[in-house]
Amino acid sequence: MIADLIEAVAKILFIFGVNMGFFAPVLGWVERKQSAVMQDRVGANRADIFGFTLIGLLHPVADTIKLLTKEDFIPAGANKLFHTLAPFITLTPALIAFSVIPFGGQYEIYGHTINLVIADLDVGILFIFAFASLSIYGVVLGGWSSNNNWSFLGAMRASAQMLSYEVAMGLAIIGVIMVYGSLRLTDIGAMQENFFKWGIFLQPIGFILFIACATAENKRIPFDIPEAETEIVAGYFTEYSSMKFIMFWMAEFLEMITIAGIITTLFLGAWHIPFISSKMLLSLFSFAGANGATILVMLTNIATFFTKIIFMIWFQMTIRWTLPRFRYDQMMKLGWKILLPLSLINIFITGLVLLL
Amino acid sequence: MFYILGAGAVLSALSMVTNKRPVSAAMSLIVTMFCLAGLYVLLDAHLIAALQIIIYAGAIMVLFLFVIMLLNIQEKEGRLAGHKIFLQFSGIVIVGYIFIKVVKLIGGSNLPARMEGSIKGFGTTSAVGEMLFTDFLLPFEIASVLLLAAMVGAVILAKAKID
Repeated sequence: MIADLIEAVAKILFIFGVNMGFFAPVLGWVERKQSAVMQDRVGANRADIFGFTLIGLLHPVADTIKLLTKEDFIPAGANKLFHTLAPFITLTPALIAFSVIPFGGQYEIYGHTINLVIADLDVGILFIFAFASLSIYGVVLGGWSSNNNWSFLGAMRASAQMLSYEVAMGLAIIGVIMVYGSLRLTDIGAMQENFFKWGIFLQPIGFILFIACATAENKRIPFDIPEAETEIVAGYFTEYSSMKFIMFWMAEFLEMITIAGIITTLFLGAWHIPFISSKMLLSLFSFAGANGATILVMLTNIATFFTKIIFMIWFQMTIRWTLPRFRYDQMMKLGWKILLPLSLINIFITGLVLLL
Repeated sequence: MFYILGAGAVLSALSMVTNKRPVSAAMSLIVTMFCLAGLYVLLDAHLIAALQIIIYAGAIMVLFLFVIMLLNIQEKEGRLAGHKIFLQFSGIVIVGYIFIKVVKLIGGSNLPARMEGSIKGFGTTSAVGEMLFTDFLLPFEIASVLLLAAMVGAVILAKAKID
């Protein structure tokens, strides 16, 4: 009982620490550095402590101090309650969604079974979708309550866009669910031990569709129409400052991590290393004794999982700094006339193949 | 847990009805949906809870908000102000009647106390799916045809205005 409690708390602290303490701040730096590399610039490298810049890694620290000490401004005529609530509504679902993503398999250490997922729900992937759909409210309310036409336009665009792409996103992963026959993410992960059973090989179309829809859901370029700087200042968060401003950014980064986590679990073999099964790993680490070997396998799997996540984050960032923004009507056409029919066809073909 | 969620649902529903600002009312309705989803989880119906949030809180209410904001409805008294007292009175009578009926129904039938552990696999996705495609196949198909008809109708209505 106590062991279970400790396990649960440790897992929550681990995921919370990795996401909020490591990824959220560092990704800001990574994004700036990557854009700099891709655009042949030097990038963030000026913040220093006694002359040590650590290749710009002190920028997240400087940013945090700056944002914490800035004035928290609420524009005149704004709806104070919703204006304050909106960043929290955006950030919370992004944080919660990761709790059903498994970052490792099941291990038995000293007679205690450890399941490396915070909440092993039967509805797994649906839970993520439920909370992903809630993050719209933060954006819409933030834009509406700011009493600013640019923000309002951003909110309108965001709600239309996210609603449209949610449909295609849900349909895009149905193929994966059909192939593995489970909504439980731990099951889906466990079934991908064989390299050629990875989702990306069984559902290549689903993979591409999901990346496109997920990018649109996260409102990143080429789908950043709700915040399009060149058109409507900063869209729904134009009127935000201080920590509330950065909460929108943190939500975006957290969503990026969650998307990377979903893609890793559904399509990239979750915590498995290609061509190396858990048994091979166990025999490789057999020098450490039965329990020691299991612990080492567990750590390897966690490391594999986060390596894949980091790769997918890099991939999303590369997309962001490569492509230009879609026009609004192009975006809607893409969502409803291309992605949606494609995902339906994908489901149909998957069903045919499964039946035959 | 039940009392927290139940009270939350009732309070937010009340605030939705009494709130004069449309956006606040819509947000209260979302809180109600959320509390209802929590109640479903307590009843071991995880799938229904997830679907409740995805469909009602995540999709339908966003559309509501979208329309409210787009039309920019302001706070105002109901259009039916003239018949207000009559409407309120009849509303109370009807709701009261339904409430009494429901109480009688629940009190009359001997509902079994909540089964410990309940039926094995109850409320899981596979159990719900199996039920939908065996025992309730006909209602399921009829409902989907109905939805399809509504969808086609909506498309035709929208298209007629564009052309």
